[in-house]
Amino acid sequence: MISRLAFASLIARALTVGMTILAIALSVALFLGVEKIRTGAKASFADTISGTDLIVGARSGSVQLLLYSVFRIGNATNNLTWESYQDIAKRPDVDWIVPISLGDSHRQFRVMGTTPAFFERYKYRSGQSLVVNDGAIIDDLFDAVIGADVAATLGYIVGDPIVVAHGLASFTEHDDQPFSVSGILEKTGTPVDRTVIVGLRAIEAIHVDWQGGGQIQGQSTPADALRRMELEPRAVTAALLGVKGRLKVFGLQRSINEYAQEPLLAILPGVALQELWQIVGIAEMALIGVSAMVVITALIGMMATIFSSLNERRREMAIFRAMGARPRVIVGLLVLEAIVMATLGALLGLGLLYVGLTIGQPLIDSAFGLWLPIEPPTLREFWVLLGVVAAGAIVSMVPALRAYRMSLADGMVVRI
Amino acid sequence: MFEVTETLQLEGVGYRWPGRASFELRVPNLTLARSETVLLLGESGSGKSTLLSLICGTIIAGSGRVCVAGTDIAALSAGQRDRFRAEQIGLIFQQFNLLPFASVQDNILLPLRFAPERRNRLDDPKQETARLCHDLGLPVGVMSAKAGALSVGQQQRVAAARALIGMPPLIIADEPTSSLDAATQATFLKLLFAQSRAHGTTLLMVSHDARLSSQFDRVIHMTDIAQTTRGAA
Repeated sequence: MISRLAFASLIARALTVGMTILAIALSVALFLGVEKIRTGAKASFADTISGTDLIVGARSGSVQLLLYSVFRIGNATNNLTWESYQDIAKRPDVDWIVPISLGDSHRQFRVMGTTPAFFERYKYRSGQSLVVNDGAIIDDLFDAVIGADVAATLGYIVGDPIVVAHGLASFTEHDDQPFSVSGILEKTGTPVDRTVIVGLRAIEAIHVDWQGGGQIQGQSTPADALRRMELEPRAVTAALLGVKGRLKVFGLQRSINEYAQEPLLAILPGVALQELWQIVGIAEMALIGVSAMVVITALIGMMATIFSSLNERRREMAIFRAMGARPRVIVGLLVLEAIVMATLGALLGLGLLYVGLTIGQPLIDSAFGLWLPIEPPTLREFWVLLGVVAAGAIVSMVPALRAYRMSLADGMVVRI
Repeated sequence: MFEVTETLQLEGVGYRWPGRASFELRVPNLTLARSETVLLLGESGSGKSTLLSLICGTIIAGSGRVCVAGTDIAALSAGQRDRFRAEQIGLIFQQFNLLPFASVQDNILLPLRFAPERRNRLDDPKQETARLCHDLGLPVGVMSAKAGALSVGQQQRVAAARALIGMPPLIIADEPTSSLDAATQATFLKLLFAQSRAHGTTLLMVSHDARLSSQFDRVIHMTDIAQTTRGAA
């Protein structure tokens, strides 16, 4: 009966109570949403590369190497010479090695030159391989395999021609040697989706008639002649590498890092990712902090609402007291009220989160390549919601104690 | 259990308001017999409210004894006093008596929530609520209405039903008719008397309106039973 009266009292103040609940709901939805995006981004990053033991590139920072070789973020400051590449490939500990060559682009997408072994060795999301959705992997020198996003954005189908631009965001194009789409990959949720993959030899082929940053005037070697050429690259951007036996990873890493002929860097993708998290961690904490503050603000708003309702409800509390309610029943009523508001707010916030996810999921995916899964609430989210309710109850103790003192002082006699 | 003939007994009661040392209320002797109806007349500021608070146990006398139905309420703990008040005393205030957002039925049943003995006296509290509503002349179907939607006269009858339910030995009414017009006032008192007599309940009604005197068994003046002293700060 007491709880029924508490509900009736809340409903009687539906507007202010509703606003308070809405504020809590929005803050909870924001907090959970930030958490979703944070964990989603982290998972998506961590899922991008798997099965590769070492990434080798020119000496720079490990995070930088990871970012440009795997995530196509930023650029290589230097290359890995073909001699060094072959030298490393010959080492007995090396199980497999795949070169990647970046630098050119097609529209807004990066072009990556590699060997067919890439399709076999590159793994994502705990060991999944790339799957060709349509067409076949590279066969001819001028074949290109495109990621799912490239195909979707540019509307390409197998057989379409592709002209590669020299460099990134460049006006000079390798229009004398067009590629053709040989295959389209299935969506992976990794940067591969936004990559045009061509043969490593093809990267050399389109640069045969180039010197420095431009094409040599009037010179254009016919495609068939190029197909017959040796086309050995002078350098590649980086190499993905697998070792024979996990224990040899560190030895090989050290010896590559101490390679005398050229300053090189070998990184363990997992370790470099950890370093990346440490950098991103500060921003992450700030994000969590800000959204937590929003939740606290909403709860303080609720406290203010309860406080301001106390005066108009003095009569109500006096009636309860006169009917024999102990002051602690008054406290209980107010705390119960806060718990009800916080619970409704938390649940509504959860609902808003799912509505937001349903609407935002395809938008976020297409804009940022981040696929946020719509799953039942996790245990962590459950604790967050419980925390909000508990914090609401604790916060409400302040006005409740004031009401306690008021009802002790007023007794059952209140004159308005 | 022996039969207590005095429902209310105050002996040598003295009360001093905290923080206001100059104001003191003294009630040497006040006794109300069982099923007696008493009108207590007094001007505002004569200490009526303080006296009622003392009887209800929301404040405790500094000296003397306040006995309700044979129990010295000063001997009870604060929590016990709250329970005791719920069990022994039905209260009607001047106005704004009810929880406006709750139904009439919930309002009437509210004291029973804190008074299990009073509740156990009833076989079916809801039926008793309906009976009281009927006997107090409230319209059929009023039980599920929101208390705030009723007229002031109807609200006071609901408050009377709430005070009467479960037959507490003492009903205290603090100017219950002051917000009612003359005709409604007369009807209200008639109904209240009928019900309290039917249950053998003692009724102590506080008012400043001497015209009501003829309807009560006994009329006492605040000035006859109590002295207030106001010092010069």
